[in-house]
Parts: sequence; structure tokens; C-alpha cells
Amino acid sequence: MTITVGGEKKEVKDGITISELIEQEKVETPEYVSVSVNEEFAQRDTFDTTHLKDGDVVEAAADAIYK
Amino acid sequence: MKVLLKKSDYEKILAYARSERPDEACGLIAGKDLDDGITREVRKVYMLTNIDHTNEHFSMDPKEQLAAVKDMRANGFMPLGNWHSHPETPARPSEEDIRLSFDSRASYLILSLRVDERPEINSYHVVHCRDVAKEQLVLVD
Repeated sequence: MTITVGGEKKEVKDGITISELIEQEKVETPEYVSVSVNEEFAQRDTFDTTHLKDGDVVEAAADAIYK
Repeated sequence: MKVLLKKSDYEKILAYARSERPDEACGLIAGKDLDDGITREVRKVYMLTNIDHTNEHFSMDPKEQLAAVKDMRANGFMPLGNWHSHPETPARPSEEDIRLSFDSRASYLILSLRVDERPEINSYHVVHCRDVAKEQLVLVD
């Protein structure tokens, strides 16, 4: 499926979780990353259980430089 | 690295940091790295909420961070780093600042309000959350 991450289209596996996406994106400081999905802020404790859908728009911010 | 910061943006940071005392204030900086490879130009500064609300450290509001990132992209800017204030201590990184400076590409600006009539701002970069180097920060018109 295709999602948008930080303004860029990406092909990811169906049903990928936010945690898996963070790992796949090789975020250097995953414990400090903030994420929104379709403009909705995602609480950290939902990262493992939130499955992304085709067309989702993901925004992420970590420390000073954003992946 | 030489960091160019507009005086007007510096004034914005200063005013916000003063308004947030006694807490530390914080925000992000965005702009462009110039083609010379050694100069970066701050084109926009962001004032974010320190959700820790203390004078000893800061955590940026994550929702505001995300909004700032979106705004940077909309303006064609890249994130260059962040800034925060030290209401009562010098304009140099604390041990915690160094330990939490994860990105060696980032510029970390620190504004000291220790002497109110003589605020001081410096820029640093930190490698491996350990090695600190002062950058040349230039205020420009």
C-alpha cells in the first residue's frame, strides 16, 4: 500500500504499524519521535497497535532533524 | 558551521524567552544550508511551548513540533535545529543539553537571560551526544 510520510509517498507493507514504520524509517531517536496520522496526533502508547491504511498521511518529528 | 540569524528573528526569540520566564523557553529553527557548505541561513524561527514548564529543562509540545515541521515543508525550508533559553545560567549547553543533543547535523541555539540587560545567544553543535563545538553565530539585517 502507499502512504505519505513527511510529504513523500512511500510503499509499505499492508497494515504496517506506526512502530514498524518508525523502525523501517531508521529514526535515530525513536523514543523521542512524535507522530500524527491524517492530522490526528498519535499517542505513543498506540504506536504498536495503530495499523496504517492505504492513503494515510503520516507526519513525524524527532528532536531537531526530522526524518 | 556559520549560522546566519536575522536580527528580527533574534528579537522574536528574545521577547518570547523573556515572556516565558521563569521557565525555559524553546523552539525550532528552519532555513537552508548555503552552497558553500559551511554556512546555514535561518529563515524562520518557531516559538513552541515548553511542556515541562520549569527553569531547568524543556520538552517541546509534540503537536506544535508536528505543525512546525509541516510549515517548514510548506515553505521549502529544512529543519536546522532548535533553540532554548537559560533563564538563569550561561549560554552554553548543560550536561543534559549535551546528552539529549542527538543530531550532530543540528545547530543548537542557547539564549541566556542571566543578565537581563545583556542577553547572550550562542550556537553549538554536538557530536555523539558528547563532543560540543561552538558555531559562529552571526546576526544579520
